[in-house]
Amino acid sequence: MKKLLIALVTLLPTLAMAATEQVHLESANIDLHDKASLERGVDLFQHYCSGCHSTQYQRYERVATDIGISADDMRNKYMFTDAKIGELMQSAIPAKDAAKWFGATPPDLTLVARVRGEDWVYSYLKGFYKDPSRPFGVNNTVFPSVGMPHVLEELQGTPVKQEDGSIVVTGGKLNAEEYDQAVRDITGFLVYSAEPVKLEREALGWWVLGFLFIFFIVAYLLKKEYWKDVH
Amino acid sequence: MVKNLINWIDARIPMTATYNRHVGQYATPTNFNFWYFFGSLAMLVLVNQLLTGIWLTMNYVPTAEGAFASVEYIMRDVEYGWLLRYMHSTGASAFFVVIYLHMFRGLIYGSYQKPRELLWLFGMLIFLVLMAEAFMGYLLPWGQMSYWGAQVIISLFGAIPVIGDDLTLWIRGDFVISGATLNRFFALHVIALPLVLVVLVFLHLIALHEVGSNNPDGIEIKKNKDENGWPVDGIPFHPYYTVKDIMGVAGFLIVFCYVLFFMPEGGGYFLEKPNFEAANSMKTPVHIAPVWYFTPFYAILRAVPDKLGGVVMMGLSIAVLFVLPWLDRCKVKSVRYRSTLHKLNIAQFAISFIVLGYLGVVPATPTLTIVAQIFTVTYFGFFLALWLYSKNEKTKPVPARLTH
Amino acid sequence: MSNAPVDTGRRRFLTAATAVVGGAGAVAVAVPFIKSWNPSAKAKAAGAPVEVNISKVEPGQLIRVEWRGKPVWVVRRTEAVLNALPKHDDKLRDPASAEMQQPDYATNPLRSIKPEYFIAVGICTHLGCSPTYLPDSFGEQVEGVTSGFFCPCHGSKFDMAGRVFQGVPAPLNLVVPPHQYVDGGTVIIGVDKGVA
Repeated sequence: MKKLLIALVTLLPTLAMAATEQVHLESANIDLHDKASLERGVDLFQHYCSGCHSTQYQRYERVATDIGISADDMRNKYMFTDAKIGELMQSAIPAKDAAKWFGATPPDLTLVARVRGEDWVYSYLKGFYKDPSRPFGVNNTVFPSVGMPHVLEELQGTPVKQEDGSIVVTGGKLNAEEYDQAVRDITGFLVYSAEPVKLEREALGWWVLGFLFIFFIVAYLLKKEYWKDVH
Repeated sequence: MVKNLINWIDARIPMTATYNRHVGQYATPTNFNFWYFFGSLAMLVLVNQLLTGIWLTMNYVPTAEGAFASVEYIMRDVEYGWLLRYMHSTGASAFFVVIYLHMFRGLIYGSYQKPRELLWLFGMLIFLVLMAEAFMGYLLPWGQMSYWGAQVIISLFGAIPVIGDDLTLWIRGDFVISGATLNRFFALHVIALPLVLVVLVFLHLIALHEVGSNNPDGIEIKKNKDENGWPVDGIPFHPYYTVKDIMGVAGFLIVFCYVLFFMPEGGGYFLEKPNFEAANSMKTPVHIAPVWYFTPFYAILRAVPDKLGGVVMMGLSIAVLFVLPWLDRCKVKSVRYRSTLHKLNIAQFAISFIVLGYLGVVPATPTLTIVAQIFTVTYFGFFLALWLYSKNEKTKPVPARLTH
Repeated sequence: MSNAPVDTGRRRFLTAATAVVGGAGAVAVAVPFIKSWNPSAKAKAAGAPVEVNISKVEPGQLIRVEWRGKPVWVVRRTEAVLNALPKHDDKLRDPASAEMQQPDYATNPLRSIKPEYFIAVGICTHLGCSPTYLPDSFGEQVEGVTSGFFCPCHGSKFDMAGRVFQGVPAPLNLVVPPHQYVDGGTVIIGVDKGVA
C-alpha cells in the first residue's frame, strides 16, 4: 500500500506536466536595476504601443521618478496625449473606436507581465511572422491567431517562417541582436509596470528579516531562561 | 497608585480574576511541542487580517466598475498600500496553513475527544466561516479568477434539486456574477463574517479554558493535583507559554515575511496569475483552479462524475470532520499510545489530503480523475476505518505523568 | 518544576530586551498603517499646481480657481484700492504680516508679487468658510474702507490684502498660496518661485 502511494505521489507531477501543453518561451533576463534599459523601454513602448494600448493603472510621474527620467523629458519625449504628468497613462485612442477598428479593445498592458510572465512577453514580441491568411498579415508563434499587426516590423524587418519552423528576417532598422535588446527593453518596462514596487519591496524585506532574526534570538534566549524552571 | 486603580476596576469588573483564569493562573501542560504553536499563531494571523482588512477598505471600491482599479490604486498610489495588500493576501494563505496544522495537531493528539467535543465543534465552525470568508474575499479584487472562481462555486448550489436554480439566482442577485454579487460579498466579508468569526474564536477559547488544554501525551493534567489544588504537571500560561509563543511568533514571522517580501504571489498559488486581469464575463481563463486551500475539497467535487453527487461528497468531506469526536470510540487520545493501525490510518489520511490538494490545482485528465477517485475513497476511508477499529483498539499503556 | 536558583538579573534583562525589540517592531509595523493615510498619488496629482490665465481679469474683478479642492482667488486690484490699503493699518491685527501666512516673496505690505494682482486661498482662517468679496459695499462693515472680504459665517473681515481686521473671530490673515508668474498673462498656483 505504502509503495503504491509513493509511486503515485512521484508520478503525479509528470502526469500534470503532460496535461498542459508547453510553448517554448525564451528567457527575457530582465534586470530592473538597469534604468537605461527601462528608459529605452518607455521610449519604445510609448512610440510603438501606447497608441492603442494603455497602461492605465500607473501615472507618468511615478514612472518618470522610478526610472529616473526628468519631468521635462517625460513630458517632451514620451507623452503623446494632452494628459498632465500626474495622470494615468491612458492610450491615445478611445476604447470604443479601438474596438471598432480591431474587433476588440486592445487590452491594457499595465499588468500583462504579471498575467503572462516576462518570458512570454519577450517571446511574444519576438514571435511575429508573415502570414497572409491573417487580417493583419501576421501571426505569432506564442499567440496563435493574434489580432494585431506587427508594429515593430520597421525595427525588426519582415519575419518569414521557413519550412523547418525557423524564422528568417529580412530588412529592418535593427540587426537581430539590437532587436532582441529593444524587445528586452520593452519587456523590462512592462515588468516594471506590473509591479513598480518590486525593488522597494525586496529592499525593505531584507531589513524586516534582519530585524526578525534579532527578535527571534532575543525571544529564544528569554524562553530558554524561563524554561529553566520547568526542565 | 496603579494598585489603587486595579482595585477600583476589580471592584467593578472581574479584571484580575479574568486575567488569572485565562493567563496568569491558567494551568498548562508542561510538554507542549512544536504543534502547539499554531493556536496562538492563528490568533496573530486573525489580528493581521482584521487590521489590514480594515485599512484596505479605506481605499477599496466595491463596485464592478471600480474594484479592480481600486486594488491597483492601493498597490501603486496609496503610500505603503502594497504592503497592506500583500499582508492581507499572504495572511489569507498563512491563515489556512496555520489552521490546517492546528487541526492536524488536534487530530493526532485526540484533542477532539471527550471532554473537548464542543471545543472541536467551535473550531470546525471557525474553519467553516473562514472558508466562507476566504471565498467571498477572493471575489473582491474582481480579477478573472475572482470572477470565474465565484461563478463555479456559486453554480454548485444549482445542483440542489428543485430550488437549485432559484437559489443561485438569489445568491448572485443577478443572472451572472455582477456588481450586486460583489456588493453583498463585500458586506459579508468585511462586517458580518468577521463578527461571527470573532465570537466563535471567543467561544473556542472559553471552551478551551473550561476543560483545559490537551497535550501530546493525551493525559488530563487536572486529574493529578498537588495539595494546593494545582496540577502537578501544569505550569501557569504566563510567563512560560507567553515567552514560548513570542518565540513562535518570531519564527513564524520570519517565514511569513520571507513570502510577503520575496514571493508575494506564492508561486502563483497565493495570488493567481489570471487574477491580474480584470474580470471579463465574456472570456473564461484556460484553466480555473480555486485557491490552494480549497483544492482538497474541490478535487473531491471533481472526482465524482455527477453534479449533485459531487456537491454532496464535497459537503460530506467537511461535514464528517464535525462528527469526528463521535466516530473515534477509543478512550486513549494521543497517537503515541494508540495502535499501529491508527498511526497508519492518520498517515494515509494526511497523504490523501495533500494529494487531493495537489489534484485540485492541476487540470483534470481521465487518469488524474481516477487518481482523485482513489484518494477520495481513502479520505473517507479514514473516518470509516477509525469508527470500525477504534472500539476495540489495541492501545499501549498511558503513563500517569507527562513525558518529555 | 526544578528548584535551581533563578538568575533574576538575567531574566529581567532579557524581558526588557524582548520588550524593547518587540516594541520597536510594533512601532515599525504601525508606520505603513499611519502613512497610508497621507494623500495618495491620485490626490497629489489632483492637487497639482494650476495654471491660471489672468490676462482677461478686469480691474476690480475676482476670479476663483480650484487648487487642492480649495477656492483660490485672483483679484485685480484697482489703483484706488492699492492707494487705500496702507491707510487703515491701525485697525488690523497683523498689518505687517508678521505671521507667516504667505511665502517670503509675498511678505510685503501688499502681500503679493505684483501689486496689481492679489492671490489668496479664499478660506477664512477662523473655521473654514469662504468669505464674500465686497468690492464697493465693504464700508458697511468697516467705516472708511470701501472694499474687502466679509465672512458670512461668523463675521470676520479682511482687507484687500487679505489682512484680518481687529475685533473679529478670525485670528490670522488669509493664506497666500505658493505661486509664480510664468509670463505676463499666466500664473501657476501651487509652485514656489524658482521651482518647476
